[in-house]
Amino acid sequence: MRWLLLKDLQILRRSPLQAVVLVAYPVLIAVLVGFAISRSPEKPRVAFLNDVPADARVSVGTRDLPNIGVNDRICARVECVHVKSRAEAVEKVRSGDVLAALILPANLVNRINSLSTPFPNTPEIEVVVSEEDPVKARLVNDRIDALIAQANLVIARRIAAEGGKFLGLVLDGGDLRVLGQTIEILGLRNSARIVESLRPSLPPGDLRDSVDRVIRFTKLARNNLATGEPLLTRLAQPIAVDKEVVDGSSPPLESFAIAVAATFTLAFVVVLLVAGSLALEREENAFPRLTRGLVSHSGLLAEKVVLGVVVGLAVTLLMLAGLALFVPLHWSRFGLWLAAILAGGAALGAAGAALGAAAREVRAVSLLAFMVTLPVAFLSLIPSGAVGPALSDAIEVVTALFPFKPALDAMTAALDPAGPDLGVALLHLAALIAAYGLLARFALRRFAAV
Amino acid sequence: MTDRAVIEARKLVKRFGEREALKGVDFEAAAGELVAVIGPNGAGKTTLLSILAGISRADGGEVHVPEGEVGWVPQQAALYRRLTVEENLLLFARLEGHADPVASTEEMLELTGLADRRGEAVARLSGGNQQRINIAIGLLARPSVLLLDEPSVGLDPRQRARLWEFVSALAETNGTTVIFSTHDIQEAERYGRRLLVLADGEALFDGSPDGLLEAVRREAPEAADRDFETAFVAFLHHRGH
Repeated sequence: MRWLLLKDLQILRRSPLQAVVLVAYPVLIAVLVGFAISRSPEKPRVAFLNDVPADARVSVGTRDLPNIGVNDRICARVECVHVKSRAEAVEKVRSGDVLAALILPANLVNRINSLSTPFPNTPEIEVVVSEEDPVKARLVNDRIDALIAQANLVIARRIAAEGGKFLGLVLDGGDLRVLGQTIEILGLRNSARIVESLRPSLPPGDLRDSVDRVIRFTKLARNNLATGEPLLTRLAQPIAVDKEVVDGSSPPLESFAIAVAATFTLAFVVVLLVAGSLALEREENAFPRLTRGLVSHSGLLAEKVVLGVVVGLAVTLLMLAGLALFVPLHWSRFGLWLAAILAGGAALGAAGAALGAAAREVRAVSLLAFMVTLPVAFLSLIPSGAVGPALSDAIEVVTALFPFKPALDAMTAALDPAGPDLGVALLHLAALIAAYGLLARFALRRFAAV
Repeated sequence: MTDRAVIEARKLVKRFGEREALKGVDFEAAAGELVAVIGPNGAGKTTLLSILAGISRADGGEVHVPEGEVGWVPQQAALYRRLTVEENLLLFARLEGHADPVASTEEMLELTGLADRRGEAVARLSGGNQQRINIAIGLLARPSVLLLDEPSVGLDPRQRARLWEFVSALAETNGTTVIFSTHDIQEAERYGRRLLVLADGEALFDGSPDGLLEAVRREAPEAADRDFETAFVAFLHHRGH
């Protein structure tokens, strides 16, 4: 086997262009995919016009709420392109310079303040959007919906907080500033205390009964209004999120992205190399000569898988070493990396051998390898729940039948302790090695017969 | 197997689906014989050689070959074109398990006359030189029987002459049994000491070139005085092929 392995490595060395493409292409795809996964989505460019007067404040009762920093909050979510007029905002959307325009009208705060008056007006903001590109349109809509929801939440919280302070004044008393003057509010608690202190001095009769009724009312009012403040707070955000992780912990996004990049590289290098080198034996007419007694079919398959694993291991480790310059990796888990790469490489190599035995020419095999590996790899990255249940089940079955997903699981587990179970992934890969090994052996008989 | 035969096939049958490529072909060859297997396209020449080489299995009949001593030279050169002449020979010498693969490689380089081009990639050699390496690899196992499938296809007359000089020497000097298939009737007549004529999977004739001419005189006398190829075609026609 070693002489065949040496021969294949010599051939690879003599084909520098193919070797560079074989390594560079998957590494490029891997880095792009990993980069895309690990990076948060780009902020959409939005034209922003804030016509609300700088001194306008949302008020509750007689009090103005402090400035909530609308500009800063919005511009943290989108890339704001400040404009001076509505016409300019519309023109920027139309020209494609921005994805949308967000216009806060001058009367926005007045309309918000009118909500607590007998004649409320609905506060409105204006959104100008071009729906030429449905994907961008959806992105902008989602972002603006989220912005509005957040703005509503902030205002509601402020109102609830101010309302809570008024309730406190009604309950416990205190000073209230109105139009520059301070008014003392007695409060229910103090009122009750005064009335209760008066009660013993009153003779039994109607007056004392009336005082008793006032005392009962103040007690009842205090008890009920005491629940008002937490109620107001909850009203701003009635539903709270209690997140419980039921299916293990997940590794950091960077680790997962590195695992994806490494598995992409390993998959393409191994599958293409094994499938291509096996097809090359046929293209060079060497297959019958080799298998006339010099090498058994199984020996030839094993040699190709070993070739794929050796080259795949070298390229993947090189890539991880390169990534380690930018992202911290757990080098103490190096042994697990090796286990994941070797098992993943062997399973991918067995799959590559089955593909290589199924086609006649290197070019056809390369195309076949791409056609199989690329979609399966992308399917493996679709999270469960992102599609309908039936499609999700179908994707799970398809990805379980090809070694990419278990190799990715093994790599994720090897790179980060919070990853999936390495043992399960290795067992899965072992089963696929056996299955694809048998399939390749069977396909090789056909390969020999044709 | 008869006493003088080193390779023998009896009642060989081979089917590809519905089509019968060999229909009960008998054949044997003795040590040092140079046998040409001739016939039109689809006659079963390559199929017969593939079965004798152990690459294909017969669906019926028996094959007796000296174990591990049959060299096989396929029609298209079975070489790694990106490797050099020397690397190809060395690889197969190692795979053959030679005790001294380097010495075996040197021997084959001398035999093929390509020692001075040992470092060249096979892809850069002419078709004739590639075929010489192809044959040399077939000889690495030091076979007592060498099977060559259309060895002169694509060679120019000079290359062809050198090839046959080389192959004839193997049979005459080394006592190697050489069985080759060819489309070229003149070549078969000139280099084959014996001819096996196949057509549509049947063996129509097995004997010397003179014996074939004798058969033509008997069965197609109108073509007996013509050239060998015309006589051969008339013979096939007379036999219904």
